[in-house]
Amino acid sequence: MKQNRKWYDYLWIAELTYLILGLFNILFAWLGMLFFCIPLLIAIFGGSKAYCSRYCGRGQLLELLGRKLKLSRNAAPPRFLRHPIFRCGFLAFFMVMFSLMLLSTYRVFTGAPLSEAVTLRWMFRLPWQWADVSFAAPWIAQFAFGFFGVMLTSTILGLVTMVLFRPRSWCVYCPMGTMTQGICRIRNRKEMKDDGRACT
Amino acid sequence: MPLSLRISRIGKECVACGCCVRVCPVNAIQIFRGITARVDEKKCVGCGKCAEVCPAAVIEIVKRNDAQ
Repeated sequence: MKQNRKWYDYLWIAELTYLILGLFNILFAWLGMLFFCIPLLIAIFGGSKAYCSRYCGRGQLLELLGRKLKLSRNAAPPRFLRHPIFRCGFLAFFMVMFSLMLLSTYRVFTGAPLSEAVTLRWMFRLPWQWADVSFAAPWIAQFAFGFFGVMLTSTILGLVTMVLFRPRSWCVYCPMGTMTQGICRIRNRKEMKDDGRACT
Repeated sequence: MPLSLRISRIGKECVACGCCVRVCPVNAIQIFRGITARVDEKKCVGCGKCAEVCPAAVIEIVKRNDAQ
């Protein structure tokens, strides 16, 4: 590697710790909001995708598993994966799932019973009763269950595409990546027009 | 230093993930405003490391004259 390692090269440890903590107590899922908010804030206020290239712990973890541990076939992914329609479609699907999760949190907030399960790949409900959530408000726990399901599902998708294609294939269709790239496009549209080379 | 005969060319469907930036041995690639990767043609030595790691497979190594 060309340069000395920096502190942010070890953020894969944060990602791994997050996934493990979620197994012990679902309320740690709330920490995942950092992985959501930081890239958006960098894109909105900084106009860049520095999060993807530097600070994404998941990307680093996939890189480590795929390249260092050689768990990836390292094959070029199919073309559709990088097609804007697929990327935007996956982002839209992800947003719908996220909205449904917020809706169920709202329903619990207004008195519906708490569902102590993590839904994997938006289909399979895993019982998750071992975590004590009695000390938190039910809606806080409900959001945590829903959010951890989203994080775990996207991690599994990332691992599957890591094995099948290149280590960081998840980055191609990552909803956060698509969203931050879109924000950067909107934010920097003037420079793009002036420059004329970067428009796709 | 003489320019290399081969050079990286970034495709239009670049997702700006920055994987290529991290592996470039001569710092010839930058992410332009979070939108797409860009190659500094004067610096690029056409080693192909960026093309190897690009998760979207949008980087090609081409003859310098064909890069325009």
